[in-house]
Amino acid sequence: MLKETIYSIKSPYRQSMDITAYTFGGGEPSCCIVGALRGNEIQQMAICAQLVNTLKRLEENGCLVDGKRIMIIPCANYYSMNIGKRFWTMDNTDINRMFPGYDQGETTQRIADGLFKSICDYKYGVQMASFYLEGEFLPHIKMMDTGSGKQETYESLTDFGLPYGIIRTPIPYDTATLNYNWQVWGCHAFSMFAAYTDHIGRQSTQTAVNSVLRFLIAKGIIKWTLHPGSHTRIIKEESMCNMQTTFAGILKKHAKAGEDVNEGDLLCEISHPLEGHTLGRIVSPINGTVFFAYNKQLVMEHTDVFKIVPSVEVGATGAAAGGARRVQLWMDV
Amino acid sequence: MIKPVYTAALPVMENFVIQKNRIENNVGENTKRVCIVTGTHGDELEGQYVCARLAKLLNEEKDKFSGTVDIYPALNPLGIDSVTRGFPMFDLDMNRIFPGSPTGSLAEAAAHNIVRDIEGADICIDIHSSNIYLREIPQVRVSEQTADGLLQYALMLNTDFVWIHAAATVLESTLAHALNLRGVKTLVVEMGVGMRITEGYCTQLVDGILNLLYKLGMWSGRLRLTRSPIVSKDRNVSFVNSDAAGVFIPHAAHGDYVGANDCIGTIIDPLTGNIAETVVAPCEGFVFTLREYPVVFGGSLLARILEYKKDA
Repeated sequence: MLKETIYSIKSPYRQSMDITAYTFGGGEPSCCIVGALRGNEIQQMAICAQLVNTLKRLEENGCLVDGKRIMIIPCANYYSMNIGKRFWTMDNTDINRMFPGYDQGETTQRIADGLFKSICDYKYGVQMASFYLEGEFLPHIKMMDTGSGKQETYESLTDFGLPYGIIRTPIPYDTATLNYNWQVWGCHAFSMFAAYTDHIGRQSTQTAVNSVLRFLIAKGIIKWTLHPGSHTRIIKEESMCNMQTTFAGILKKHAKAGEDVNEGDLLCEISHPLEGHTLGRIVSPINGTVFFAYNKQLVMEHTDVFKIVPSVEVGATGAAAGGARRVQLWMDV
Repeated sequence: MIKPVYTAALPVMENFVIQKNRIENNVGENTKRVCIVTGTHGDELEGQYVCARLAKLLNEEKDKFSGTVDIYPALNPLGIDSVTRGFPMFDLDMNRIFPGSPTGSLAEAAAHNIVRDIEGADICIDIHSSNIYLREIPQVRVSEQTADGLLQYALMLNTDFVWIHAAATVLESTLAHALNLRGVKTLVVEMGVGMRITEGYCTQLVDGILNLLYKLGMWSGRLRLTRSPIVSKDRNVSFVNSDAAGVFIPHAAHGDYVGANDCIGTIIDPLTGNIAETVVAPCEGFVFTLREYPVVFGGSLLARILEYKKDA
C-alpha cells in the first residue's frame, strides 16, 4: 500500500488540507474509489476506510492481480467535515459541482482539478455518493446515461451484487459532477448510495464494502472469493413511484426502506403540528418495495417522502416507454 | 396590485409565499409587459432597493406610464428572510433548478411556477448582486448564444459594462436560460456586493430600466442616462486568483484603470506580518470586479480586469 498526498490546499488559519490517496498494486490504473466530497458524507468516508483496511490485508496475502492498480481516496473535504458543514467552508460551494475542475480557478475548482487529474485515467470509477434529501435508501448502484454508449457500464451494474441498479438521465446540473465527468473522460463510472450519509450504518457499510470487493473480483482486479450478493434489478430512475406530500405538518411513518407494500397499504400520516389531529394519509398506489423513506419529523408540502419501486418487472426498456410516474394519492380524513 | 405567484404549506402554521407587485396603466392589445425579478440568492440585496424605487416611481407617476410592469422582489423569500444565499431546508442554489417541475420538491415547484408566471412577458430583468466576497461594477451579462437578440436591450440599461460570456451547460439551469428559451428576452444584471445596498448603483439601474421602458414606448417621464457601456467578450476579461492563503489588502480601488504588472493588492499573513503574495495586474485595464471579503484561500477570486487594448 502506498499512502500519498495527491493535492494540498492551504488555509489562512488551519493546517493544510492534504487529500490522501491509498494505492494498492501496480500497473494499469484499474479502479478508483472516491469517498466523501462533502462534509456530511461520513458513511461514505467510513466505507472507504473499511476498504483500505481490507485491501491492505488482501495485498499482504497476495490477492491482488498483477498489473492492476487500485486507488482509494476516502475523504477529499475534511475541512468541512471537521466543522460540521456539508459544503465548502468558505463559500459554501459544492466540490461535486466543480468537475472537471480548473487549476487557475476558485478554490473548489482547484480541489476538483487536483483530484480529477489523479483519478481521470482509471478504467473504472466508483464514487460513494449521497442524496440531498435526508432519509434512508436501499443500497444501490447508479450510473448516468451520458449517451456515450458504454454497454459495458450498463452490464457492469450487476457486478456489484446490490439489489438495484439505477440509470439516471442527466440534467444540466449533473454535468459538473464527478460521475458525469469521469464518464466523459472514458471511465466506466458508478455512484454507490449506501443507506445513510451522516450516520454510519454497520450493516449497510459492510454491504457497500462487500459490493465494491465483489466488483473488483468480477473485473479481475483482485483474486478472492465472496458470496455473489443479490440479483440486480436495473431500472430507470424515472420509473420509480414518488409519493409526495400535499399537506404539511408532523410526519408519522408506517413503512420503512426495504419493506414490501401492497396497493392501499398505509405509508404515513401527517398530523396538525399544534392540534394533533390527522390532516391526511398517504397510501401506496401500487404493489412494490419502499426504496427511499424520508426521515425528518416535519414535512412541508411537495416533499418526496417515499420512493417505491414497482413490483411489476418493467425493466429499463419498459420504464423508458412508460415515462415518469409520480403519484399523489390521498385519503383525506 | 400585490398578487401571489406561488404558495405552499410549511410544516408549522405558515405558508411559503412568492409575491409580485403588478403595476399597470392603459393596458391594451399592443402594450408591453416587463418583469423585474430579484432575490433568487438570499444574500443579494441590491435588487431590493431597485424594486422599491421603481414601484414607488411608477405608482407616483402613473400618468407617464403605460403597459405592465411586474416586480418580483423575492424569488427566494425564506433565503432573504434568514440571510441564506441558497434555498433554506434544501441547501441548494435556486438558480440551478430552473425550469423546475410541477411535481418536484417545493423548491422545484416554486421554480416551475415562477417561470410560468413570467412567460408571455416581453422583457425580464434578473437583478443579482454578486455575493459577499466580490464587488461588481453595474454590468449586464448575456451568453454568446443569446447576444444577438439581447444586446440592443442590454445597451439601454445604463450600466458600465456588457459582458458577453461563453455558454456553459450548467448555466442551462438558470432562470435566464429558461426564460430566454421560452421567448422572454431576459437580461442578467450583476452589480454591487452581497448583503449591502449601494444606493448609487441602484439609482443608476433604475434610470436604465426607465430608459428601457421609454424605448419600449411604456414611459414618457424623466430620463437620466449617465453611462455608455463597454461591450466585451470573454477573451478581454482576465481573472486574478490568489495562490497564497491569508488576508487580502487591496491597493487598487474598484473601478480603477490599472497598468500591466501594477500591484493591485497584497495577501498578508496575520501571524507573522509577512507578505505571502503580491498580487499584480496581468494586463492593462479596468478593475470591474474586486474582492470585498478579506480572508482568502489559494484560488479565491481577487479581481477581474477588462483588458484595455484588445478589440471587443
